[in-house]
Amino acid sequence: MQASAKPEFSVNIVTNLTTPTGRETAAALPLRMTISKVNFFYGPKQILFDIGMGIADKRVTALIGPSGCGKSTLLRTLNRMHETVNTSRLEGEILLDGQNILAQDVTALRRRIGMVFQRPNPFPKSIFDNVAYGLRINGYKGSLADTVEKSLRHAALWDEVKDHLHKSAYELSGGQQQRLCIARALAVEPEVLLMDEPCSALDPISTAKIEELMVELKNLTTIVIVTHNMQQAARVSDFTAFLLMGQIIEFSPTPHLFTTPSDPRTEAYITGRFG
Amino acid sequence: MATTTTALKGAGPVTGSRSFFAKLRDGDEIARLITLIFATTVVLITAALVWELWVNSALPREKFGFHFFVTSVWDPIMDQYGALPFIYGTMVTSAVALIIAVPLGIGAAIFLAELAPPRVSDTLQFFIDLLAAVPSVIYGLLGVFIIVPVMRTVIYPALNKPFGYLPIFKGPSYGVGFLTAGIVLAIMVIPYIISVSREVLLSVPRDQREAALALGSTRWESTWKVVVPFAKTGIMGSIFLALARALGETMAVTMVIGNTPKIAASLFAPGYSIAAVIANEFTEATGDLYLQALIALGLVLFLLTFILNGLARLLIVVTTQKGSEVGG
Amino acid sequence: MTGRLRWRKFVSNFMLAMTGVCAFVSVLVLFFILGYLVFNGGTSINWDFFTKLPKPVGEAGGGMANAIVGSGKILLLASLMGVPIGFLGGIYLAEFSGKGMASVVRYAADLLNGVPSIVIGIFAYSLVVLPFKHFSAYAGAFALGIMMIPITLRSTEEFLKSVPRMLREGAMALGASKWKTIASVIVPAAYRGILTAILLALARVAGETAPLLFTAFGNRFESHGWSQPTATLPVMIYTYAVSPYDDWHRQAWAAGLVLLGLVLIINILARTILSRGFAIPRS
Repeated sequence: MQASAKPEFSVNIVTNLTTPTGRETAAALPLRMTISKVNFFYGPKQILFDIGMGIADKRVTALIGPSGCGKSTLLRTLNRMHETVNTSRLEGEILLDGQNILAQDVTALRRRIGMVFQRPNPFPKSIFDNVAYGLRINGYKGSLADTVEKSLRHAALWDEVKDHLHKSAYELSGGQQQRLCIARALAVEPEVLLMDEPCSALDPISTAKIEELMVELKNLTTIVIVTHNMQQAARVSDFTAFLLMGQIIEFSPTPHLFTTPSDPRTEAYITGRFG
Repeated sequence: MATTTTALKGAGPVTGSRSFFAKLRDGDEIARLITLIFATTVVLITAALVWELWVNSALPREKFGFHFFVTSVWDPIMDQYGALPFIYGTMVTSAVALIIAVPLGIGAAIFLAELAPPRVSDTLQFFIDLLAAVPSVIYGLLGVFIIVPVMRTVIYPALNKPFGYLPIFKGPSYGVGFLTAGIVLAIMVIPYIISVSREVLLSVPRDQREAALALGSTRWESTWKVVVPFAKTGIMGSIFLALARALGETMAVTMVIGNTPKIAASLFAPGYSIAAVIANEFTEATGDLYLQALIALGLVLFLLTFILNGLARLLIVVTTQKGSEVGG
Repeated sequence: MTGRLRWRKFVSNFMLAMTGVCAFVSVLVLFFILGYLVFNGGTSINWDFFTKLPKPVGEAGGGMANAIVGSGKILLLASLMGVPIGFLGGIYLAEFSGKGMASVVRYAADLLNGVPSIVIGIFAYSLVVLPFKHFSAYAGAFALGIMMIPITLRSTEEFLKSVPRMLREGAMALGASKWKTIASVIVPAAYRGILTAILLALARVAGETAPLLFTAFGNRFESHGWSQPTATLPVMIYTYAVSPYDDWHRQAWAAGLVLLGLVLIINILARTILSRGFAIPRS
């Protein structure tokens, strides 16, 4: 289900992308997605202003910023989830593998871009049926049991549930449910996995487990994560974008952003002076 | 730090319960007593209702015992009474009503909860609430003058000609009968299914649907495979509620069912329901056994609706609570 | 787009369209009923209908004056019986009662609410008709009054409870006793909701036929006082509709239109004007 050709372009597309010397930059890596000149509105109110950035392939990109800065809104445009709200309006271009996602069929797109939500939301079905859901609706011809096992292993949940696959998903703990949601998203082999504050409803131990997971998962898929926890962003991500009031203030490799931020507002946020 | 106790004149703990008459002078106690009396009246009325039903159906209970429920003979002249034809008729008409009303009702509820913009949804719900307010006898009017002729001229030929070999579609039709009553009942219970199911569907957390869409579901798939199953228990509750209404419906049914205490396989045959026979024969009942047999039927009806309503309430409460617990 | 995806999208659009059909058909029924009643009954509504008594069987003409008056009498008496019980009982639940008593009363009210109206008729018969050995208006009112109690009770309780604490505490801080607070502050704050519920309960029992069949029974003539069998609109509709006379059918349509019109107007008024800004009690 993965695109076979590697993305061919590597473009420095944003004016505020900093390029430190000697370190990995998004400019040098292949990009899975590119976002350019994106403006977003709920009715008359503008939420995102002139957003432009690249999502590096097989890396973790974090979106951070204070509440209300638009990071979740931006994340949700990437799989066109904003379209569930009637009054939303998107201008600009978002490319996946070079093709504008706004011009494609949304159902097909959403199979290629997966999402994990803020609070665990397993379906009212068994553990097995939760993971198999995406496979079934897409008419998967292979072995459901094998793929379900593979996904649960990728989500580090297999050992805990392998003997209880037919139990209801609601019998799992919060952290387990969230890993189940990750497995469910992984089952359809998405090219990009969007995670919207996936640990904010979880206890520290579950959070640590999922952070470990993310580092491994980037071998499988590209990850974009929204988090209000800066330390988490520093721990797990390769690139970080700092948003404030609907604009990208700074976007650079994570170590650089957190140690030597270029913009004073970034510095103020990460040192805890606001947000 | 020195502790000083200051004695305030007149201060001290309020002494315990005052005498009853002292409290009575206080308007509050009177108000409490008066409202208590009225509240108790409600309980007394309910208890009296059950009591009267039980006591006034003693004769058939003594005479027939359990056989009352399994005998299909209803013969006032010979003073033989069996409840079976009415239980059968009530069940058949209710079943037909549900078979028609449940798909229509759930479909409409899905539209109102998932598809329609809030203003449209609220406006349509308003009209559906009005539909629920239409009196039974008006449905009866329409049943007698519209549905009965349509049954005779359109529905019966359409079903009997091709499918007349099936036991449920056999035989002649006079327009009245189980199917006609079932259709009228269906129209009457649809609003209940719609209202409750719509509320229950609206209470399903948004991110259930979003998770389904995020996996590449179509809108129908996310609704049918995720949202509706989530609300399943509450929807069942709405069906039980509808069933409880259908069981107790009197006027519309008695005007179109044919009022014949016979068990028949064909949906076109005339029949009788518990509520209908009580309505028709109560004032004609001669003799205590006859009257009490009818009251015994009333008791049966009461018990059936009591159980169904209790179950319905339980199911609906469980679902709307689940919605606020899981996800967000 | 793959074939499979095309099929899934087709199914999705089709099924969602079908749900729309279900919704509109359901709503259309309401307008169909109204339309038919207006069409068939509208022409028969005239001054005679409201003022004349029924003519003897077989004779054309006449009206339903006695039934209209009878319904009015019975509904008035029913309200006088049922509303105070429900209202004051609701005050008890909201303001005075402990948990245990409250759940018992609520349970009884819910139970009563679910009883089929014909069974309520049986109850009223055994309590009010049997001992006095005749049908009467107050037997009918008793039956209908009982039916008004549960909705009135639950709504009173709900709306009183929803009055903001600030209002209560403000009154009590001024030294008002509990019952004074209730009477002068809380009830006035909640009266619109309670009134809406009472009107809806009234509309519901106004259309009830079954409980009147063997309590008020019916009457071809005017009934004086409260202890005679009394004609009511719903029972007349029923009697005329199942009769073999065309003229009576015509009058049944007219009566149906009047009854439905009344019920719908009360409902619409209660649901729109009176209750602006709060949720309607669902029965």
